[in-house]
Formats: sequence, structure tokens, C-alpha cells
Amino acid sequence: MSTVTDTIHHDDDHHEHHAPPSGIKRWLYTTNHKDIGTLYLWFAFIMFLTGGAMAMVIRAELFQPGLQIVDPNFFNQMTTVHGLIMVFGAVMPAFTGLANWLVPMMIGAPDMALPRMNNWSFWILPFAFLILLSSLFMEGGGPAFGWTFYAPLSTTYSGDSTALFVFSVHIMGISSIMGAINVIVTIFNMRAPGMTWMKMPLFVWTWLITAFLLIAVMPVLAGAVTMVLTDKFFGTSFFDAAGGGDPVMFQHIFWFFGHPEVYIMILPAFGIISQIVPTFARKRLFGYASMVYATASIALLSFIVWAHHMFTTGMPVFAEMFFMLATMLISVPTGVKVFNWVATMWRGSLSFEVPMLFALAFIVLFTIGGLSGLMLAITPVDFQYHDTYFVVAHFHYVLVTGAIFSIMAAVYYWLPKWTGKMFDITLAKWHFWCSLVSVNVLFFPMHFVGLAGMPRRIPDYALQFADFNKWISLGGFAFGLSQLIFLALLIKACSKKGEPVSDQVWEGAEGLEWEIPSPAPYHTFETPPVIK
Amino acid sequence: MAQPEYEKYYVPDSSPWPIVGAVALFLIAVGAGNFVIEQTRNTSGYGGHILVAGFATLIFMLFGWFRNQIHESMSGLYSAQLGRSYRQGMAWFIFSEVMFFGAFFGALFYARMIAIPWLGGSGNNAATNEVLWPAFEAIWPLVETPGGVQTEAMGWYGLPLINTVILLISSVTCHFAHVALEENKRGRLKLMLGITVLLGAIFMVLQVEEYLHAYQEMGLTLQSGIYGNTFFLLTGFHGLHVTLGAIILFIMLLRIFKGHFTPDDHFAFQAGSWYWHFVDVVWVMLFFFVYIL
Repeated sequence: MSTVTDTIHHDDDHHEHHAPPSGIKRWLYTTNHKDIGTLYLWFAFIMFLTGGAMAMVIRAELFQPGLQIVDPNFFNQMTTVHGLIMVFGAVMPAFTGLANWLVPMMIGAPDMALPRMNNWSFWILPFAFLILLSSLFMEGGGPAFGWTFYAPLSTTYSGDSTALFVFSVHIMGISSIMGAINVIVTIFNMRAPGMTWMKMPLFVWTWLITAFLLIAVMPVLAGAVTMVLTDKFFGTSFFDAAGGGDPVMFQHIFWFFGHPEVYIMILPAFGIISQIVPTFARKRLFGYASMVYATASIALLSFIVWAHHMFTTGMPVFAEMFFMLATMLISVPTGVKVFNWVATMWRGSLSFEVPMLFALAFIVLFTIGGLSGLMLAITPVDFQYHDTYFVVAHFHYVLVTGAIFSIMAAVYYWLPKWTGKMFDITLAKWHFWCSLVSVNVLFFPMHFVGLAGMPRRIPDYALQFADFNKWISLGGFAFGLSQLIFLALLIKACSKKGEPVSDQVWEGAEGLEWEIPSPAPYHTFETPPVIK
Repeated sequence: MAQPEYEKYYVPDSSPWPIVGAVALFLIAVGAGNFVIEQTRNTSGYGGHILVAGFATLIFMLFGWFRNQIHESMSGLYSAQLGRSYRQGMAWFIFSEVMFFGAFFGALFYARMIAIPWLGGSGNNAATNEVLWPAFEAIWPLVETPGGVQTEAMGWYGLPLINTVILLISSVTCHFAHVALEENKRGRLKLMLGITVLLGAIFMVLQVEEYLHAYQEMGLTLQSGIYGNTFFLLTGFHGLHVTLGAIILFIMLLRIFKGHFTPDDHFAFQAGSWYWHFVDVVWVMLFFFVYIL
């Protein structure tokens, strides 16, 4: 977006800082945004593999009809903890890690605004997930009520481990809120002179809006889990009609958090794609301003669409109509984005490096997920789709081939800047093509079994779904194995092997982060650059 | 926003306090989870001990972290830009608190405007009432739940009204303290801040009084249906915030007696005072929606 006309003095003032302490203390005590970004990204990847392993259990059980591998209660724990880990442990921390690495470099700031709080936000997460995962080994098992923990499943019918679930979600929320405050304050207060709002890279814009959503809705989630806790253990009746409450009220509170939450998991992805596509199309992003406004509109609309998750709860018809129409409205700004990415590529000189491959896959596959979302938004047809595999297909297209593909695109795009070396391109291409094929074998047939009525979250199914489920499971195992290629690539990239790269790394890359050396020095922009 | 100046931004070297804080939150979460299970299931365990250890670690962390912070601030390492970071950070934190209370106000409004009328048969829900609890009458405050638990409603006069006046006065004295600090009138500052903390403490004593009255004489408890639930969770979380706010202001008072803060540089005081005003506004909302209406 912007160009630096001033000389950037990389080495200024370096003597003032000590070198990073060596060993474990560096990572435990660090206040450096790059270290913390790395910690977030590795943590997210470990959680991605953990949650993925649970998905493998689910797919193994569903390989054939009938109950064969795990008992239903354990199956429920797997679907629940898979969802919780992927949402709160993999996707959100990965985006926060990218924000940590990139936002200060993109706006010409020396670090995040509140570096010590930044470290605190990260180190809460491993502990929170330690609690969640160890609750699986408690008597009666871990949480088994679905990641949405609907009452009364989470109140009347849940195990005692619910108390630990509640408190682990509380501290995850504290972590997210502190992380989001840090991002917002950094962007408001730390931009280099001349980095005006409409010069900010789109990744920074989308993260600014995401951080706002996080601060607005994570406390609502805290309220929801608190009410679950008191309903289960202290005899309140927020979600119990006999005491004047309402189980449907749980869903309203939960989805008031939950719908902005799904945009928290996709807006930074929009930002990433908006950085990558112009680079490999060698053109400026088409419609920069409209991208900013579209992101803001999506964020605002996200607060008034929550009940489209609840069409079958028996809301008044007026509410169903309102939430249907409001939801459909979101396809307008989302359409603007897809149009702009395509228009950016129009008559560009395209090249297909690995980040671009993932970005292109994102654009196509995310759009499929968006369109099935549009189908689900139509109240009368949702009565048939609700709680079927069609919904599972929809949100995995937007979250796996959407959010996760964008994270992979981002890692491939900025990894050479982080390590100073080009990653193993052959392995990366294997990773891309194996993931692309297997992910579609995995999720595309779910549309069909869903439309035919196969319910989600059930360890068994009717015989007519057997063939499709066999292929879905095979696709799932293949997708899981493909991620081990990614693991191998990352380990190789971190062991400092590979061709050194230039500062700009990619021929068409523009922005402040491409004007500092590769690998990025431990401290950057201690004297802010001047942007004209 | 004013045109930002670019002094040198203070990026601290590595610090042990955040990881101590993370361990503290871990102990609190594990401890609280187990404590809740042990208390309600009448089993024995170490939940309570772990919880206490967690809070002790948290307090240890807060002392260490803030001592470090105060030391850095007083040795002039901070810039005006960093001060803005702190102020904006605090403002967004208060916004997150607003949303937390919003969840409970939302539950109150939903129960009152939607759930209870529907249980009483309004709209097209006549069958709900007929089939489930035909004797149920939709009134607010809900003094008899559909399940038959009876209670009394808390009036707005008496203690709640006195408490409202106390908190409103404390907000004014807190503001006067701030003005006195900016005008460098230290005597008045100490007096006004002292009164604020004292009023906060009186508020809490009266709140405890009110809870005792509710539990012992009115039969209004955490178990008495959605009216008692929203009443106790809203006033309870508010009470926790008042306690925290009063502790923060008390520490500010101690620091003022040690000679800290200048008319231009007093972020910690400002943050505490913002927090206090926020707690006040929440109370006014509470008084209106929970007690009066």
C-alpha cells in the first residue's frame, strides 16, 4: 500500500537492547512480538494436530455404520473437544500469532503496544488447554455436549468436568481479550508517521476490526459459561423453564457471542488473502477502500444475525424473517471482497507460488462455503438442513478451506521473511496438492449426505450413507496425513536450511515488512520510518 | 485525536511476571473448578487449597509487576505515547467489562420480556402454559416460579436507595479528587479520595446487609428462580467490581501518601478513577432495571 521514502535505519540503537536471553527463559520471559508470534504459531499448530487427531477418531468411528471403535459418550467428547480445540486453540491463536509477527512490522512500530501483557496473553493458553484436555481423563469423562455447550446438555445432563470446562474457557477468554486490546492499541497508537488509516495494509485493517469483535463478544461468552456453571452447580435456573428461565435463552446468549466469533475466525483470513493476491498478480489490490468498508460492514452485521443458528427453536415468524434477511445481507460485502480479489487478478501477470496456490484455493473453496451458508440462511429450507452434515460441510468449507488455508497461505508467504531462508518448495507443493484433493474428498460429500438427512454429532448412521461416509473418512485420513508434510516442512525451515532470500522475498511484494532484512532482525523500527 | 509525537517507545526487556501470572490463572482455574465440584458434591479434595494458592500467586505477581512498573515510570522511562497506550488499553478493558454485564442484563431482559410471558401463555404460546404449568401467572418480579418456588421481591427504597446515593456521591468525590490532583492540591486530593474509598466500603457493608436480609428474612436466594438469579448475579458481580475498584483506589491513596503522581502524569490514578465511574454507571443501570422496574 505505502512506500517508504525515508531510509530505514535497521541498526540504530541496537546497543540499547540486550540480546535475547538464551534457552527456555527467552521463551518464558519474552516481551518481543516476534518471539511471542512464534510461540502462538507453534502452539496453534500443535493444537491443530491434537484437534486433528480427534477428528481422525471421529472419522474412524464413522467409517462404517454401527458402533465399532469408541463408545458413544467418548465420541461425543471427541466432537466437543475437537471443536473447542480447533476454534480456541488452533485458528484463533494462529491468527493472533500472525498479528503479533506482522502488525508491528506492517505499521512501522517497534513492538506491540503492551509487550509484557502480550506475553501473559500467550502463556495463559497452554495452561487453559492443559485443563481442558486433562478433563477428558476425569471420572465421567470430559465435556461431551458439543462445542456450543447448549443447555440443558451442559447443565442437567453433563458431567462434573463441566466446572473445569467453564474455568478453562474463562482463562482462554482473558487471554483473547488481552491479546485483542493489545492489537487495537498497537494499531491506534503505534503507527509510524504518515501511516494514515487508509494507507494501512488490509491485514492490519481486518485485524483491527477482529480485535474489536473479540473485545465485544468474549465477555459475553464468559457470561454464558458463568450461567452454565451456576445452573449446574448452584441451583440457578437461567436455562430452566421451571424456574422462569429458558433453554433457548442459552442459545441467544451463546450465539450473540458465537456469530461474531465466526467472523473473528474469517476476517483476518480476508486480510491475508488481500495481501497475497496483489503480490502474485503484480497489481495493486482492486478496490482497497471498498475492502475496508466491506470488512467493517461484515463486522457490524455480525451482531444482528445470531439467531440464524436457531431457526428451528420456534422463534416468532417475525424474528425468523428478520434474521434470514439480515443474514443474506452479509453476502453483499462478502461478495464485494470475492469480486475485488478476482478483479485484482484480472489482467495481472499471475504466477503461482505456493502462497498464491493456497490463496486461490481459498477464494474458490471459501466461496463454496459462503454459498452453502446462503442456502442455510433461508429459513424454510434450514428446517431440513438444520443439524445435518450439510451444516458440517458448510462450516468446514469456511473454516478449513477458508481460515486454515489462509493461515497456511500466510505461513508460506511470510516464512522466508521470518527465517531468512526459502522453504522446501517441493514439499510445500506436495502439501498443497495433497491437502487440496483430500480436503474436498473429505468435505464435499458431506453436502450430499447432509441433504439426504444424515444428522451431525451421532456416532452411527443409516445404511444408505455408508458409501459416502467411507469416502469421507478416507479423505479425512488423507488430509490428516498431508499435514505431516507441513510439519516436516516447518521443522526443516526452522533448522535454518535452505536458500537465503532477498529482503523483498517475492518479486511483487510491497509493504514495510518487505523492506527490512530477511530474516527480520530481533528488533525492527526502533526509530519509526516516515511514510509518504 | 491529537497529532502523535514520536518519542522513543519503551519496549521492556524480558520479564518473569507474565508467566507467574499465567501460572496464577492456571491455579485459580483448576482450584476453582475442583472447589466447585467438591463443595456441591460434598467430596473432599484440594480444590480450595489450589484456589488459595492461585490467588496468592496472583497477588504476588501483581505486587511484583506493578512495583516494576512504578519503578520504571518514576525513573522517567515512559513517554507520552506509552501513556496513551495505557489509557487506550484501560478504556478497551472497561468496554469488555460493559459487555460482560451486558450478558447478564440481556438474560434479565430476555427472561422478563420473552421467557416469562411465553410461559404465561402470551402470543401464540397458550398451549405452552396449558400443558406445562396451567397455574403459572406471568408477573415480574417473579415471586412464584412455574415450578412453585416462592419468594419476595426486593424493594427499591431503603438500603438500595441509600446505596445509590452513596455510590453517586462517591463518584463525585472521586472526580473532585482527580481535579485536586490536576491542580496539585494534595491535601484535598487525600481527603476526597479517602472519602471515596470509605463510601465504597460502606456500600459493600450495606450490600452484605441486604444479602443477609434477602436470604434470612425474604427467602430470596440464588435458588429462587430467574428473579433471584438475575438479582444475585448482577448485584454480585457488581459488588465484586466495587470491591476491586475500592482496593485499586485504596492503593492509589497509599501511593499518594508516598508522594506519587504529578498533575500531568498519573495514569494509574486515572485508570482507577475511570473504573470507579464505570462501576457507578453499572449500579445506576442496576438500580433502574433490577430494583425499580
